[in-house]
Amino acid sequence: MGRLSGMRPFTYVRATAVRDAVAGVADHPGATFVSGGTDLLNLMKDSAQIHEHVVDINALPLATIDIQPGGPARIGAVARMRDVAEHPAVRSTLPVLAEALLGSASPQVRNMASIGGNLLQRTRCGYFRDAGTPCNKREPGSGCPALTGENRWHAVLGGSEHCIAVHPSDLAVALLALDATVISTGPDCERRTPLNEFYLLPGQTPDRENVLNHGELIVGVEVPTTPLAARSRYLKVRDRATFEFAVVSVAAAVELRGRQVQDVRLAFGGIATRPWRAFAAEDALRGRELTDDVLVAAAAEVVRGATPREQNAFKTELAQRATVDVLRALR
Amino acid sequence: MPVEISRRTVLITAGAVTAVAAVPVTWTVIEGAAPPPAGSSTAEVTLTVNGTVHRRTVEARVTLLDALREQLGLTGTKKGCDRGECGACTVIVDGNRIKSCLTLAVMRDGSEVTTVEGLADGDDLHPMQEAFIEHDAFQCGFCTSGQLMSAVALVEEGHAGSAEEIREWMSGNLCRCGCYPGIVAAVGEASR
Repeated sequence: MGRLSGMRPFTYVRATAVRDAVAGVADHPGATFVSGGTDLLNLMKDSAQIHEHVVDINALPLATIDIQPGGPARIGAVARMRDVAEHPAVRSTLPVLAEALLGSASPQVRNMASIGGNLLQRTRCGYFRDAGTPCNKREPGSGCPALTGENRWHAVLGGSEHCIAVHPSDLAVALLALDATVISTGPDCERRTPLNEFYLLPGQTPDRENVLNHGELIVGVEVPTTPLAARSRYLKVRDRATFEFAVVSVAAAVELRGRQVQDVRLAFGGIATRPWRAFAAEDALRGRELTDDVLVAAAAEVVRGATPREQNAFKTELAQRATVDVLRALR
Repeated sequence: MPVEISRRTVLITAGAVTAVAAVPVTWTVIEGAAPPPAGSSTAEVTLTVNGTVHRRTVEARVTLLDALREQLGLTGTKKGCDRGECGACTVIVDGNRIKSCLTLAVMRDGSEVTTVEGLADGDDLHPMQEAFIEHDAFQCGFCTSGQLMSAVALVEEGHAGSAEEIREWMSGNLCRCGCYPGIVAAVGEASR
């Protein structure tokens, strides 16, 4: 049969138990999980990733969205982006999550893509996706053309001389602002990882993007439903009005006592090599009134220490303006 | 008479074949766990497309799009970018519109698929097709089957409340001829 999509042959199995799925990948160096397939298939078509064995996790009982009053939201790894975005309790208790999901991809992709898969999607860096160019993330030690090449989309924070690719997930940015925890199962362990510790900086090993070991499967995420989470917004700045990745995005949650900030979370997409929590900016807001002066001063903290490149220097200004805008909507 | 084949049958068949061929695999020992089923590079897949049951042996790497076009001969669904960006390959699977280039046929075993060939009732066009003709909602036509499938699903989802809402929820379907005003008008009319 001709005119195939360019994927190399692989073996496929549909797992019906979590332990089967985990063992099926853990014992096979070239194996991977598939849920939505919306990122993985493109990477395999372009030979940016090559897998000899694919374990389908869609039949696993991990599609539930469980939000009980007073408790955390538990979202299964293969719940679809659409189902989470449309869930009434998600919309009311975790608005930033619904907004980030509805601002992601296209309706068709949101019908397919899963929560776990979204967190594990790979960077959109054109050098990573083009198997004909060097890339330290795809081929460690081969070099990073983005440092001096096309870098408009790239990170101004969290980069290294080995990689400045941004993480593309809107969902991860929202979950970071919500203090979410990733729950995963490996061959030998089950563990809970705060999202803020889940993604790794590229450093000298940009091929390693998160703490998961080979064969370790995200089974779900847990999100506290707090007064802070209930007052949250997502602002996504992009080149088109819709169906586009963020140039800069910010997830903000603010809890006020009177006019003063009781607690706050600020997380960013588009500007850093991993979903980026702006701790210093949060500190500049706690206990303060959200006057314009305070907002502008806090926004400056977001990009302190940034390393702009030739084409992405505008992001340091844009990130500050986005910070001020989203916080104005929450004061 | 169509032959029924369950997912379980496929897995058992695949597992049995591989067990003979590849014995020296050591699985991580998990207490009480049997070895997980091994995979196969081909599988028998049953798809109900526009009401007709099709059973085919497909390679695991074949996308639903390629299976529809190349193996079932249903070429109304178009391959544009093959990367999930253009939407020309949009079909409705088990009630949801999806991009058929971003899913494997084996992942959709047992599913019900509606393609553009399934919209008309004989010579009677679907109201959405009529509306596209009425409003000049296409020129070259290459994106049109995907636009139609997305539009039909959009109305079903309840996202045709305004022109602005239609634009947002049709955003996964690109038209390089630039027929967007006609498409928005057609979707709006067909939804009423």
